[in-house]
Amino acid sequence: MEPHILVIVWFVLIAVLWTGYLVLEGFDFGVGMLLRPLSKNDTERRLVINTIGPVWDGNEVWLLVAGGATFAAFPEWYATMFSGFYLPLLLILVALIIRAVAFEYRGKIDDDTWRNRWDWGITFGSWVPAVLWGVAFANLVRGVEIDADHQMTSSFVDLLSPYALLGGATTALLFLTHGAIFLSLKTDGEFRHRARALATRLAIVSAAVGATFVVWTQLAYSDKAWTWAAVGLAALGVVGAWRAIQAGREGWAFLASALAVLAAVVLIFGSLYPNVMPAINDPANSLTIVNAAATPKTLTIMTWVAGFLTPLVLAYQGWTYWVFRKRLTAERIPAAIGLPLRAEQPSASDR
Amino acid sequence: MEAVDAARWQFAIVTVYHFIFVPLTIGLSPLVAIMQTAWLVTGKAHWLRLTKFFGKLLLVNFAIGVATGIVQEFQFGMNWSEYSRFVGDIFGAPLAIEGLAAFFIESTFLGLWIFGWDRLPRKIHLACIWLVAIATNVSAFFILAANSWMQHPVGAIFNPETGRAELDDFGAVLLNNTLWAAFTHTVATALLVGGTFVTGVAGWLMVREVRAGRIDLARAVYRPAALLGLVTIAVSGAGVAVSGDWQAKLMFEQQPMKMAAAEGLCETQTGAGFSILTVGDLSNSCEGVIHLIEVPGLTSYLATGDFAGQVAGVPELQQQMEERYGEVDEQGEPVNYSPNLALTYWSFRLMIGFAAGSALLAVAALWLLRKKGSVTDNRWFAKLCLIAIPMPFLAASFGWIFTETGRQPWVVVPNPTGVDMVRMLTSDGVSSSVGIAEVITSLTVFTLLYGVLAVVWVKLMTRYASHGAPEVEPPPEVDDENAESDRPLSFAY
Ligand code: HDD
Ligand code: HEM
Ligand code: HEM
Repeated sequence: MEPHILVIVWFVLIAVLWTGYLVLEGFDFGVGMLLRPLSKNDTERRLVINTIGPVWDGNEVWLLVAGGATFAAFPEWYATMFSGFYLPLLLILVALIIRAVAFEYRGKIDDDTWRNRWDWGITFGSWVPAVLWGVAFANLVRGVEIDADHQMTSSFVDLLSPYALLGGATTALLFLTHGAIFLSLKTDGEFRHRARALATRLAIVSAAVGATFVVWTQLAYSDKAWTWAAVGLAALGVVGAWRAIQAGREGWAFLASALAVLAAVVLIFGSLYPNVMPAINDPANSLTIVNAAATPKTLTIMTWVAGFLTPLVLAYQGWTYWVFRKRLTAERIPAAIGLPLRAEQPSASDR
Repeated sequence: MEAVDAARWQFAIVTVYHFIFVPLTIGLSPLVAIMQTAWLVTGKAHWLRLTKFFGKLLLVNFAIGVATGIVQEFQFGMNWSEYSRFVGDIFGAPLAIEGLAAFFIESTFLGLWIFGWDRLPRKIHLACIWLVAIATNVSAFFILAANSWMQHPVGAIFNPETGRAELDDFGAVLLNNTLWAAFTHTVATALLVGGTFVTGVAGWLMVREVRAGRIDLARAVYRPAALLGLVTIAVSGAGVAVSGDWQAKLMFEQQPMKMAAAEGLCETQTGAGFSILTVGDLSNSCEGVIHLIEVPGLTSYLATGDFAGQVAGVPELQQQMEERYGEVDEQGEPVNYSPNLALTYWSFRLMIGFAAGSALLAVAALWLLRKKGSVTDNRWFAKLCLIAIPMPFLAASFGWIFTETGRQPWVVVPNPTGVDMVRMLTSDGVSSSVGIAEVITSLTVFTLLYGVLAVVWVKLMTRYASHGAPEVEPPPEVDDENAESDRPLSFAY
């Protein structure tokens, strides 16, 4: 059956939403993963967190919209994927919950143990999804076991193939690099140089691991010649990021690492098409953009809504980055304003 | 216990939990926006002080609202995948639109508001909090559009080829009268929660400061806040009652079984009374139900607008539904079309009853603060403030428990005047590929995690509330030049 044009449009739009999510939250995952290793004291930790302070929540909404849009445009895909990837998704959700609360609460109480606990929360909350999104996408591309009723029957252990684990390593390394570059772009002084040096080293490792992953994907799971272009772009992105950061061109380096993430998503969705969840046990059971889709009526409405609202979202989110464009330094971080753990007196204010 | 029971417990726990924080966000964000507007318009320092004080409490609350919301977006697919397949063509769209039209605005402009005090011109900064306040209402609208559709499916057809409900008319989904009643009622509820919170916190601090001899502070800062909350309680309280009455009438038309269950009504009656105390057999049968205290005719009035109107009882409705929807389900088991009577009956009464907290608080505050510029040092009032704050939260939770358990055994309640096949039993909606062990794992994990977060939330809220509203420096006037300057940030995490 020929897919309806809007079905293709929505397949592309969902790829766009995931790209937006992984490019944006990719760097703030990286920043969160580097929180502890890269900073030497509490002021530096706060410096790190404040580079993403105003934007991380907006970045995360890309995920919520990707989830909601999958529900609306491909309900069958939404149902099979999220019930099938039950336990990994549970882990991701737990991580995201802890992380969201940690950013907001870490500074609210002026106490080292308190801050330290939340810092571990940020670390855990950033590493777990950074790895697991890679594992999940690799499994989508590789295919899972799906029965004739579109129920996923692969077990949790089936999801941990070498290829999937390599996918997890790739996203984790890409996000680390992307985050280190972002930190060097948003900070100044000695810290900036430290971030830059780390980014240079990380870029090399992610180039090696990422190249293995994209070439493996192309050779084993893509039946299309054009996806070689995405492989090429991904390589160009990582190598470009490495060269640019070495040359001190942080803005270009950031664009290049963003390009690498984008190319990886294009490769993944490109290899999937026209499936959304290939079945390895029997291709007839695969979920495709046709058998998983909503009706043209729903897709038409969603197209209008998305066509109208997405440019608006891009505009005001872009504006936010512009408002907070200034580099941060440890000197510009004001004194901590959290309350002490316990009140000394009924009222600490207004004496 | 079967997977479906675990999944229901899980949904109930995580959703009710999410809805502890949501009404406070929806109700408090416009009040903070009003405070900031008052500061800009009047230039009076206490409004800025209150903006920052309640703003901080809003942020502590918002964080958990956001964190628990993330689960919501995915759990329909995780635990209710058969339901998602069946309704996705209609139900998914409002969820996606909620994200695009509301969550993006909320999260982006809240970030701008928190960090933008010294980066944005004052009016634009003010616009940010107003956008957040409006967006919380937009998100409430679209999520309720989804929920109201499952209470009363409209604009849908059944496609026998795909075996699912499909969209016929999206306009009808958005104009669903169930939705507009629920939206009004929920937003009014949220404002009641927010108003009670503001009056409660400000009233308690007022008594404390007066007793510590800082009468001027109490008068200048906490009195205006308490009055703002008071007005909010009065207006929203009326809104809650009027919209609740509207919902009851719709419910009688659309879900008569829920109405009968809410009243523990075992036989069809004209001029049915509204009982306040009922004893009976909690094993969910009609025998032995005795209404001890009754307001004559009130149930008939709630349902039909006429004190002598006729309201059908549970057994009669069971019979009607068996005739229309069959006596057995897909597995051949007989279907009990009535929800848990005790739970439905009591949650409805607790919802209404807990409103008493806000009402008492409002009356007491009105009395004690009636003279121009007056403050109070009344200890009883301070106690009342603390007792009243949680009450509307509880009322809201019981309202939802009533709404959601009252529609059982349906997850999509058939529309009496719509397409009969657009309906689904809860037991058919659960994920068939997810085993009981997995559901129990996630149920346990979420319950423990949420338990810990609740402790942290209570601790932070009370710590910050009891700290009071400290004096604050007005933010610098901003133009593009000093946005570029090297001075320290006025706020950082
Ligand atoms: C502070 C909270 C609060 C208070 C005081 C009330 N309600 Fe309420 N009620 C809610 C909070 C709430 C709620 C949590 O917001 C619900 C759950 C679903 C909904 O739409 O609103 C609700 C649902 C709800 C429903 C169920 C609708 C349905 O299942 O389709 C009815 C009939 C009423 N309410 C009626 C009333 C009446 C007659 C009230 C007394 C004047 C009242 N409520 C007070
Ligand atoms: C758009 C909003 C909502 C949707 C779409 C929704 C949907 C659902 C679904 C699919 C279930 C599982 C099936 C069932 O057991 O009935 C459920 C159950 C439940 N929901 Fe909701 N819900 C919504 C809002 C809420 C809110 C805000 C609350 C409470 C604060 C709530 C409370 C419950 C409860 C208590 C149950 C358990 C019912 C039972 O086990 O008998 N729901 N809801
Ligand atoms: C059961 C269905 C529900 C789903 C799928 C859902 C989804 C979500 C999500 C994903 C968020 C996080 C947004 C962010 O990151 O900024 C959130 C927060 C929020 N939700 Fe829900 N929600 C549900 C129930 C409700 C209900 C019934 C309401 C209102 C009536 C509501 C109102 C809100 C609001 C106002 C927020 C803003 C943040 C906060 O709570 O502090 N939600 N919700």
